Amino acid sequence: MLKAAHKTGLVFFPAFDWAIDPTHPEREERLLYTQDQVTEEGIFDIEGILELKPDLINNQDIQRVHFCLPDEESITTESHLISAGGAVAIAQAVMEKRVKRGFALVRPPGHHAMRISHGGRGFCHINMEAIMVEYIRRHYDVKRVAIIDTDCHHGDGTNDIYWHDPDTLFISIHQDGRTLYPGSGFTGELGGPNALGSNLNIPLPPGTATQGYLYVLENTILPAIEAFKPDIIVNSAGQDNHYTDPLTNMKFCAQGYADLTRLLKPDIAVLEGGYAIEGALPYVNLGIIMALAGLDYSRVVEPNYNPEKLQQAPHVTEKIEKTVEIINAHWNNRHHLRESAGSPGDIQERHREIYYDTDNILERQQEKIRICRECGGTFQIESTAMPGSRVLAVHIPQYACHSCREKGYEMYDAAPKKKYDKVILQDKPQDRYVIKS
Amino acid sequence: MIIGLDVGGTHTDAVLLSKQGLERQIKVPTDTSNLFETVLTGFNHLLEDIPIGKIKRVVISTTLTTNAIVQKELNTVGTIVSSGPGIDPEWYRTDENYHAVEGSIDHRGREREPLNHKQILAIAKSMKEKDITTLGVIGKFSVRNPAHELEIRDLLKDQFDTIFLGHHVSGNLNFPRRIATVHLNAAVYEMHRDFFHAVKNSLEQKGLQIPIQILKADGGTMNLESSMSFPGQTILSGPAASVMGSIAYAPGDMDAMVLDIGGTTTDIAILVDKVPLLEPLGIRRGKYKSLIRSLKTHSRGIGGDSHVRVDGNTLKIGPERLGPAMAFGGPAPTPTDALVFLKKMNSGDQQLAQKGMENIAQALGNTPEAAARAIFKQTCTMILDQARDLVHRINSKPVYTVHEFLAGYAIEPQKILLLGGPASYFAQEIETLSGISTEVVPASAVANAIGAALARTTCEITLLADTEQKKAMAPEEDFTAPISHKFTEEDAVETTHELLLKKALKSGADTEDMAVEIIEYQQFNIVRNFSPRGKIFKVKMQVKPGLIKAYEAVCHHCTINPDIEKGI
Ligand SMILES: [Zn+2]
Ligand SMILES: [Zn+2]
Repeated sequence: MLKAAHKTGLVFFPAFDWAIDPTHPEREERLLYTQDQVTEEGIFDIEGILELKPDLINNQDIQRVHFCLPDEESITTESHLISAGGAVAIAQAVMEKRVKRGFALVRPPGHHAMRISHGGRGFCHINMEAIMVEYIRRHYDVKRVAIIDTDCHHGDGTNDIYWHDPDTLFISIHQDGRTLYPGSGFTGELGGPNALGSNLNIPLPPGTATQGYLYVLENTILPAIEAFKPDIIVNSAGQDNHYTDPLTNMKFCAQGYADLTRLLKPDIAVLEGGYAIEGALPYVNLGIIMALAGLDYSRVVEPNYNPEKLQQAPHVTEKIEKTVEIINAHWNNRHHLRESAGSPGDIQERHREIYYDTDNILERQQEKIRICRECGGTFQIESTAMPGSRVLAVHIPQYACHSCREKGYEMYDAAPKKKYDKVILQDKPQDRYVIKS
Repeated sequence: MIIGLDVGGTHTDAVLLSKQGLERQIKVPTDTSNLFETVLTGFNHLLEDIPIGKIKRVVISTTLTTNAIVQKELNTVGTIVSSGPGIDPEWYRTDENYHAVEGSIDHRGREREPLNHKQILAIAKSMKEKDITTLGVIGKFSVRNPAHELEIRDLLKDQFDTIFLGHHVSGNLNFPRRIATVHLNAAVYEMHRDFFHAVKNSLEQKGLQIPIQILKADGGTMNLESSMSFPGQTILSGPAASVMGSIAYAPGDMDAMVLDIGGTTTDIAILVDKVPLLEPLGIRRGKYKSLIRSLKTHSRGIGGDSHVRVDGNTLKIGPERLGPAMAFGGPAPTPTDALVFLKKMNSGDQQLAQKGMENIAQALGNTPEAAARAIFKQTCTMILDQARDLVHRINSKPVYTVHEFLAGYAIEPQKILLLGGPASYFAQEIETLSGISTEVVPASAVANAIGAALARTTCEITLLADTEQKKAMAPEEDFTAPISHKFTEEDAVETTHELLLKKALKSGADTEDMAVEIIEYQQFNIVRNFSPRGKIFKVKMQVKPGLIKAYEAVCHHCTINPDIEKGI
């Protein structure tokens, strides 16, 4: 009888009644054919595969990650709360050892949602993986987390949220930002001064095939994970690298996704993008589920799969090998990079503009971070959104040192209330989120 | 007058009901080696001195199929499956006559790979050489497009006596269960046919001209003719019969739990506003999983004859049954011994029961009285825990829309109905422990036969309409029709309703007993490259399980006959 080698939990929440708008790629129909395939295969009848029910997350769960503006209710729908709740349900089952691994097949996605969220970017409003990771850091004994984002778009939201966190290894592989939304994620983006090297961004040229993905996995991602020694591995499992995806230009396939999953061995996978809803998603999701469960997936092949058409061009291979060399050099040099990033106690500034394509908002940020060798470093962000609000947001990291905790309150107290619509303090060590009144 | 007959594993119950109430009731031992004789004996007793013309309805529930599975007396049949991409179909091998062939249909019902006739004919030839006359044909996604199954049938129809097709058994997706269900239908078909033809003939000889109805696992009936296509649906009709027998006493607008406490097991079911809950996909019992429509009944190893012992310092009850209670000559203490010892039950040997309680008391270091009370209380607690566990599992079933998630109806039983031999002894304690109003179903010992007699004909239909592909189909009924892009929700519901009524009448339903409901409705826009291409509609509708109108009131005249209430 068919039996999963690894007990695997699945949350399936296709949100069959929720869409950004009726013809948007992020619409009701997106997981319909995946559900049909998974149901017809009898996946939930397999011994060792458990279907779990998502729970709603609450505002406090969101506030551990985001500054939502003007507030949580305005930029989320129930669907977001259930989707994040699906990721949390999987994480709980994994942490409580009810399952060995899990996969949250949920929508809407979240990996483009940044720490400050004024609305929708790249179909995302709040970040499912980050909310889940911060939930388990709060409720279970987990500190070091590796998040591997294999969506074809740069996971710029997750990248932003963990930019200053040396305890989170965030790696994104994606189609080169010069050829695809959101246009970021280049090799030099390595994290903030206190966390340099804990963000690795690996752009891949259009036309990257299975061979290229597995090359990056084996030569950069897996060695980095091994050196980082995470307590858990999270996979942002976007499926838009598929050769039939309408939004991207890659040559990845269901077998490739399953191989990647088998080698990466994520504890928790969370569905992100993927818009070839008929030709790719049913097979890719089936492949990922079976690989997670340790089942033989060799017959999970797209009906129109033609390996000859999915060959990787030599110049693509060459480009990937060069990128891997660059990334590995940064990674091996990470301790030195942090040492030379500034003197402890100094404040470093960064200015950015962020465009919210889904909701058509432009945001300007001015960020100030305390250089620290002992923790991720407290920072404040002054954010102005057009249209939208002007806020000052202060973040004290989860494992903040004494000086950074004090610095956080200093920043918060010093902020003139009159100048902003809101002054907010996210005090992670105390699990507090306070708005100046 | 109507007749209900339930052939159980150990005994057979039969009732004769008139509009005035229970006219006759009998209980005879079941002869598992000759169920036909058992059924005939039942009828002979019931019909003695009754003018045959007065009998308007006969419903039979049997363990024929269950017995055949347990005793491994299934017929040898051939199985041909085509799967396409996905899980290796070799995992679902039924026996050595199982063959996976080329050919593939995808999730939208489009052909992805054609069948290979040469391959199929070669397989048929090998089966003929083994004298196989019954064949099952199952394709992955055949409920989205049955073309391949029909093509194989047409190719082989002259070479086999009977061919069962996957898309007929259910509109639900689940390829492995479809294989298991078709295989069961095919493997019990000859036995089922021979048995019921024999029953029909002998009833006809008695002058009974009305069609026979057969009880299904979903608590509804089907006529003999329909049963020939789906004989597997008769499996586990016994527990369904008991649940149907309790429905008349369930409150409306409220959730109720039905606990059928037997010697070995307690069967648990849930009623919502007098309608029993169904399994979402079909029967599952341990490793066996099917698409056979079924009431959601959970059988747990705790009952009057459960083995009681002390392990370390803890009292253990069940799940095994070593034999009858010591008070009735059994080998080990049981909850029934506790009942006898505590004088809650007046039959049985007091001294033997006391001996059993002394055994337990010694191991626990207390008095036989304390031991008996502990056993009694723990038995009731365990039964309630199992019932609560079922409610919890039903309530934590995942849903797939924001609306359902937020609406999230949760079962909250406000009434407990007890059935089975020891039920009356447990009622008060169960009510005290649960805080839920508890009632013993009248005539509880033959409630199963009454349930069978009064069950209405049920059926289900699934319609799938795809305006991009311009067709509507209901695979179970081999229905396909062209539709236009203007096809609407109302059209979908109306088409499904028509098909359902037709199917129900064909299965023997009475027009006044069509309690119809939509059990699933989904609608999707098909969008490609940001422009709408059409719509997909999915409608599932059923005639829900319940009691026939004409006789529903009868139950309130059914009283307990002390003659058959004795013994467990
Ligand atoms: Zn993407
Ligand atoms: Zn610090």
